Order: sequence, then C-alpha cells, then structure tokens
Amino acid sequence: MLRKITTVGMYGLAVLWLFPLLWAVWTSFRPRELATSWSLSADFTLDNFAKVWDAAPFDQYYINTFLIVTGILVAQMITATLAAYAFAKLQFWGKDVLFVLFLVQLMVPADILIFPNYNVLRDLSLLDTKIGIMLPYFASAFGVFLLRQTFKTIPHELEEAARMEGCSWFQILWRVYVPLAKPTYIAFGLVSVSYHWNNFMWPLIITNSVENRPLTVGLAIFAQSFETGAQWAEVSAATVMVIFPLLLAFLLFQRQFINSFIHSGVK
Amino acid sequence: MGELRAKWKVNMYAWLLLLPSLIFLLLFTFYPVIQTFILSFHQADLGSPEPFFNGIDNYKQMVEDEVFWKVLTNNIWFAIGTVPTSVALALGMALFANKALRGKSFIRTAYFYPTVVPMIAVANIWLFIYTPEYGALSHVMEWFGKGDMNWLGDQKNVMWAMIFMVIWKEAGYFMIFYLAGLQNISQELYESASMEGASSWTVFRRITFPLLMPTTMFVSIIAFTNSFKLVDHLVIMTKGGPDNASNLLLYYIYETAFSFWDQGMASALTIVMVVLLLLVAAFQFFGMDKKIHYN
Repeated sequence: MLRKITTVGMYGLAVLWLFPLLWAVWTSFRPRELATSWSLSADFTLDNFAKVWDAAPFDQYYINTFLIVTGILVAQMITATLAAYAFAKLQFWGKDVLFVLFLVQLMVPADILIFPNYNVLRDLSLLDTKIGIMLPYFASAFGVFLLRQTFKTIPHELEEAARMEGCSWFQILWRVYVPLAKPTYIAFGLVSVSYHWNNFMWPLIITNSVENRPLTVGLAIFAQSFETGAQWAEVSAATVMVIFPLLLAFLLFQRQFINSFIHSGVK
Repeated sequence: MGELRAKWKVNMYAWLLLLPSLIFLLLFTFYPVIQTFILSFHQADLGSPEPFFNGIDNYKQMVEDEVFWKVLTNNIWFAIGTVPTSVALALGMALFANKALRGKSFIRTAYFYPTVVPMIAVANIWLFIYTPEYGALSHVMEWFGKGDMNWLGDQKNVMWAMIFMVIWKEAGYFMIFYLAGLQNISQELYESASMEGASSWTVFRRITFPLLMPTTMFVSIIAFTNSFKLVDHLVIMTKGGPDNASNLLLYYIYETAFSFWDQGMASALTIVMVVLLLLVAAFQFFGMDKKIHYN
C-alpha cells in the first residue's frame, strides 16, 4: 500500500516537474491574445518566434554563447587533466597545501567573486571581451577532483607497461589515461557546457556590446524590455528558443550522459 | 645523489603540471580576495576619486545597515529552505529512478531537465507561473476555490516562492550524484540483507544511507554554495523586492558595486561572504568527515 502511494507520488512529481516546460512551450506557440487564457483551442502560430528573431540579434548571441562555452571547455579539459594527473599519481613537495588551495576554489567559486574579478578584468583591460568572460573559469577545481578520482582507479601497471614500450609522459597521459577516463570527460563536459551556457551574472556585468553578449544576457534584456504581461507569448518564445538547443542535446544524449556520470565514479 | 635528482625531477614535473591551473586559480580566486580584503578598509565610492584608508568604517557601517542584516537573514533562510529539502528530494528521486519499473528514462528526464535550463529562463517561466490572476498558480488556486495570492509582490510569500522554484531547479542535479553513488554500493550487501529478511526501511537505514554519506556531504556543500550563488532570478523576478524581502547577499553586493558604485562597501560585503562560506565548508568538512564511512 505504502509502496503504491510512493510510486504514484513519484510519478506525480515527474508531471509536476515537467509542467513549467510544457506550459512555456505551449504559450510560445499561442497567438498573442490567447496567451494568458487557458482555453483549449486549436490556434497555434509561429508568429512569436518570427517576431522575437527580428526584435533582437539572437543569431549573434547564439554564436557568442557557442564560442564562450567551447573556449572554456577546451581550456578546462587541458588544465584539469594535467592537474588531476599530478594529484592522482605523483608524490611531490607541497601537495597537501596545493590540494587545499584547490578545495578553496570549490567553496569560493568565481561566480561569488563578481566584484573582485571585475576589478581584475578591468586592470587587464579585458572588460567587454569574450576572453574576459572565459578567463575566470579556465581552471576548474571541480574538474580536477572529478578526474583525479578516475585517474586514481587506473592501475599503475598500465603506466609501467607503456613506459616499457618507450612512451613519453605525454604519450602515457594521452594514450592511457585520457581514453580510460572518457566517461568522466563526457560527464564533466556536459556539466561545464550546461553551466556556462546558462551563466548570467558574470557576462551581464562585464559585457555591454552585442558582439560579446551571450544568449542569457540577450534574453534578459529582451524580456525586460516588456513592461507588462501582455507579451507573454513573445517572452515564452524567446525563452524556449534559448533553452531549446541544450534541452535537445540533453534529450538525445541523456542515456550516455547519465551513464557516464554513474560510471565516472563520482561519489 | 641519483635518488635526490629523481625526486627533484618529480617535484618539478608535478609543479609544471599544476602550473596552468594554479595561474588561473591565483589570478581569479586568491589575488582578487586579497585585493578585496585591502579595498574593504578603504573609502572607495563615487565621492572619493582616489580610494583612501578608513579603517573598519565600512564594516561598522555594514553592522548598522538594516538592509545588510535583512539580506543576510534572507540568505540563511534561503539556505535552510533549499539545502535539506532538495538534497532529501534528490535522494528520494534517485532511489525511485533507480528502481522504477516503468518509464525509467522518462522519470529521470523529467527530474533532471531543469538543470540544463538557464536560471534566467527559469525566472521568465516562473514569473508567469506566479503572476496574479493570469498565472498558472492562480488558475490552479481558482480550481480549488481559493482566493488569488500575489506570490512575488507580497513580503510574506516571496521567499517561499523562490525556495520552491530553486528546489525544482536543483533536485534533479543532485539526483545524478546519488544515482552514481547507488551504483557503487555492492549488490552483495543487499543480497545478504534480504537473506536475513531485513525490511526495506532497515536496509535503507543500515546500508544505503550510511554508504551514501560521502555523496550527501559532497552534494550538501554544492547545495550550500549554490544558495549563495544563485541570484540570477532576482534580476528578472523581483530585483530583491518587495522591500528587500527576496534580496540575497550576492545580489546586494551586485547592487552595491554596480548600481551604487560603493566599492569599499562591496569589498567588505564580499569578504563577509567569503568568510561565511569557508567557515561553513570547514564545519561541514571536518564535522561530517568523522562520521562518514569511505568504501
């Protein structure tokens, strides 16, 4: 009996969780004058999307977001791989101190340091640049810890064998560790991509031109240009447009994504 | 002699590998915090063209500032409201999604997808949900014959509205960590428990929950940091209002720094937040670490 109630409750929760998305999608296809009513008519339109696309340079925003997300991901993968290998496999002077320094970044992430980092960017004359949006995130303690866990599980014998074959350290890293940690890279990659695709506060502060503004900031500016709820349909359309690419990618790869997470040994 | 050289080589090697991460860590975490610490003892606002030393004036002013206390209290309530609930819900979701017989991937998708939706988009959607008269919640309240409520415009309701929305946004993300944790528990433990005829509650209490402790600790730290980090929605939904009822520390820093241009005060506020986060993290880390079984 209790089990049945739980089951029904958990399915109910799933429906409750899906509701905001379904409602936003539904509203985005409704004619403007019907957007606030709950009448179930068969009126659907693409007007809202057309209007939104004309009203703001969303194509430029998409490109900016894409470049920013890719830049951060590539840099993070490189820095995290190198650091994770050192922490997982080498004994060296100052290891514990450095490990704590990395832990601190997990507790005090760049997002919280919006004001101090604004000053750093200003001193570097990098305000309102794409590289400025990316730089504070080039090192990721989260990525380092995730990869370190995985590297630790890779037996030392593999490395020894590769060394016998005459592989250099870089070849060992590239041919032994990186391929074996593939699920962790996928899991971290998706977390990183969705995080930076969605990041808002930091780019809001340091950008003020269309050339550098990402989708989230563009969407906020678009949504705030409306005073009342009369343009719900348009704002919903813009919102759906912004969340669609990531959502689609997630739906297509959700099995791999969740499995990589499970197999990456995140504990 | 040879051993010493080999040791030195490994040391250099390790530091070189860590160097790229370290540069960015120093430049965007440690250096800014130190600079901000220094700036927090200076008067640096629109009225002072050159920042000058003013001792602990900023901190004094902060202690007397009612808005600061309100924002801090709000943030603590926000953390209390979101962290335990979303972590517990995530555990429930993971247990269910792990075992669900029908629609496993549907269930996981439904729980998880809010994670990939930007907070700013979430804010747009939930703004409509919470809107009086036209919003979804108002429609639902109408069905139940309840009067209309102004969720975001009322000081008493706005924090609840935010807490609920953030739980919706985050629980699915934490569920993934629990799903991973569940996979790592050996099946033999469950088999021997069922041989002894243990009830499912006992199994949960004696096996599953204790073995998931490391996951719980990790997730709690992330959830707690998030409760100070998540402020994007305030820009769209309330701007911290009404009368600062939904304002949070980071948003207050943002206003102080970029709307009022009071850099000395923004620095002092940032230092308070950093100290607070580190203290709680240290407490979580050292306090909980002893009680955890690492497998």
